[in-house]
Amino acid sequence: MGELFTLPVLLGILYSGIRLATPYLFAAVGETFAQRSGVLNLGVEGIMLMGAYTGFFVGMKSGNIWLGLLAAALVGILMGLLMSVISITLQAEQGISGIGLHLFGLGLSSLLFKTTLGSVESINGFKPVRIPLLADIPYVGEVLFNHNILVYAAFLLVPLSAWFLNKTTFGLKIRAVGQNPQAADTLGVNVIRVRYFCVCLGGMLAGIAGASLSIALINLFQENMTNGMGFIAVALVYFGGWRPYGVLLGALLFSFVNAFQLWIQVKGINIPSDFAIMMPYVLTILALAFATKRAQQPAALTKPFERGEN
Amino acid sequence: MVDRAGVKRALSRTYEALLPLLAVPVAFLIGAVMLAALGANPLESYGALLQGAFGDTSGLTQTLVKATPLLLVGLGVCIAFRGGVINIGGEGQIIVGALAATAFSIGLRDLPGWFLLPMSMIMGALAGAFWGGIPGVLKAKLGVNEILSTVMMNAIAIQFSNYMLRGPMIDPKEIEQGTRIAQSALLPKAVWLTRLVPQTLLHSGAILAVILAVLVYIFLWRTTIGYRIRAVGLNRDAAKYAGIKVPFYQALALILGGGFAGLAGAVEVMGVQHRMMENLSSGYGFSGIVAALFGSLHPLGSIPASILFGGLLVGGDKMQRAVQVPSSLITALLGVVVLFVVGSQIWTRWRAHKRETHG
Repeated sequence: MGELFTLPVLLGILYSGIRLATPYLFAAVGETFAQRSGVLNLGVEGIMLMGAYTGFFVGMKSGNIWLGLLAAALVGILMGLLMSVISITLQAEQGISGIGLHLFGLGLSSLLFKTTLGSVESINGFKPVRIPLLADIPYVGEVLFNHNILVYAAFLLVPLSAWFLNKTTFGLKIRAVGQNPQAADTLGVNVIRVRYFCVCLGGMLAGIAGASLSIALINLFQENMTNGMGFIAVALVYFGGWRPYGVLLGALLFSFVNAFQLWIQVKGINIPSDFAIMMPYVLTILALAFATKRAQQPAALTKPFERGEN
Repeated sequence: MVDRAGVKRALSRTYEALLPLLAVPVAFLIGAVMLAALGANPLESYGALLQGAFGDTSGLTQTLVKATPLLLVGLGVCIAFRGGVINIGGEGQIIVGALAATAFSIGLRDLPGWFLLPMSMIMGALAGAFWGGIPGVLKAKLGVNEILSTVMMNAIAIQFSNYMLRGPMIDPKEIEQGTRIAQSALLPKAVWLTRLVPQTLLHSGAILAVILAVLVYIFLWRTTIGYRIRAVGLNRDAAKYAGIKVPFYQALALILGGGFAGLAGAVEVMGVQHRMMENLSSGYGFSGIVAALFGSLHPLGSIPASILFGGLLVGGDKMQRAVQVPSSLITALLGVVVLFVVGSQIWTRWRAHKRETHG
C-alpha cells in the first residue's frame, strides 16, 4: 500500500474532495436554515435537479454562465416557495411533501431536458481561479487555492451562515421559530414569514448546488444527474447537528471518502467498484446512527405552526 | 340525533376519501399547461396516454402488470405510514427481495415446485423485511431518522445488486458468450407464476396482491398488533401513555413495510422478467408511495389507486412513442399528485377541528 499513497496522490484526493464538497455544502447549508426554522425540506434533490437543468440551459443559450447561475437560484427560490406553500401554509406532512417536490423536480427537469436539448452536450463552465500568493504555498496552495469561484463561495458560505444564524437578530428569530414557535409568536415574531424565508433561502442554495454540478464541476446536464446527492445533503444536516460548521465537517468527510472511492476505482484496486461506491452511503448511515446528537434537533422540526394553538 | 350524526360522519368520511380524486384532474391540468408550453398538444398527448393504458387488452394487461408491484409496495407503505414512520426504501427493498428470490430459486432448483415457489416468495419478503428492518431497528434503538436511512439503503441495495449481477450471480451464458450483460440466469420454470391471459405478461401475482390487500386491511383494523401500529401512528404520546411500546411497533411497521416491497421484487422476477436484472424496479418504490397516498393510506383504496398509476406508467411510455412527449411528464405529474394530496389534507383537518369545537 505504501507506494499507492504517495504525496501527489494524497494531494489529488484532497483536491477533488474539496471540489466534490461544493454541491453538498450549498444544499446542506441551505437545508440547515430550513430545518433550524422547523421545516424539513426533503425535496432538495428535486430542487437541485431543476437548478442543474436551468443553470445549464440558460448558461448555454445565453452564453453567459453567470446568467445561468442566477436563473438556477431563481428557480430554486420558486421551488422553495412551492414547498413553503404546501408545508407551511397548508401544513402538510413535511416528509411526504418533500417526496412530492422531489418527484416533481425529477420529472420536470428530465422533461425539459428532453424537449429543449435532447442530447448530452457540454458547456464551458466556471474556470479555476488561482488566488495570487496563496496558491503558491507549497502543497496547501494547490489543494485549497486553485478552484472555481463556486467552490470558494460554498466554503465562504459556512462562516457567513454560522454568523448569520448565531449573531444576528434575524438568526435569533430563525432559531426561536424552530425551537418554540408559540413563544416566538407571542414575542411578535412572524413565524410563517420566517419559515417562508428560510425554506426559500434553502431552495435558492439547493438550486445553486445543482448549478454547481452542471456549470462548474461536471459541465453537462444528464437526467437525474444528482443521483441522491440532495438526500445526502439532508442527512448531512443531521450529521452536522444543525450547525453550519458541523455540516462543513460532514460534507468534507463525505467528499474525501468519495474522492478516495473514485481513486480506488481509477487505480483498479482489487475492491469491486460497487462496494467502493457503497462506502459513502454506509458511512452516512453510521454517521446518522452514532454521530447525531439528537438533543440539538430543533424542537419544532416537522411540526406545522398554527396560530392560537394551545 | 344519533342518526343525523352518523350520516354526517359517513358523509364527511366519503368526502375525505374522495378528496384525493381531485388531485388527478388538477395534476392533468397542470400537465396540460406544461405540455402546451412545450409545444405539444395536450389533448393528443393525453389521448395517446389513455388509449395506451386502458384502450385495448394489451394496454389493460400491461397496466395490471405494473399495478401489481405498485400495490404490493403500497401495502407496505400503508402499514409504515399508519405506524407513523415514512418508508422511502421501497426501491432498495424490491431489489433485495428480487435478488433473494432469484438466488434461492436458482440455488435450490431441484426442490419440488410446490415448495420452491412459495419459499422463493417468502425469501424475497424476508430479504425486504431485513432491508427495512435495519432502518427500523436504527430508529427504535438510536432514533435515526428513517426517511434518510431508507434512502441510503436504496443506494446500497443498487450497488449490492450491481455487484451480484456482474459477479456471483451473473448468468453463466453471459460469460460463455462474452456479452457479460449484468443479469442472472433464468429462474427455474417451477417458480414462474401462471400467466392469466395468454400472450400477455399478466400473471397470478396480481391476484395475490389483491388478496394481500384484504389481509392487510384485516390486519390493521381487526387485530391487536394492527390496532397498536395505528395507535402509535395516530398519537405517539397517547400510545406511549397507554403502555404501547412505541419504538417496537415503529420498527415492526418498517419491517412489515420492507417485507411487502421485498415480496413485490420477488413477484416481479417470478411473474414478469423470470430473471433478475439491473433496473428491475424502475421507480416502483416511489410510485408505490404515490399510489398508497392516493388510496388514502387504506389497503383497499390502494387497489384502484395502483391500477390508475400503473395505467399512467404504461400510458406514459405509449405516449412517448406515439406523440414524442417524454414519459418523464408522468414522474412530474406524480409529484404534483403527492403535493396536492398532502396539501389538501388541511381541509380534512380543518373540518375535523370544527367538528370538535362546535360539537
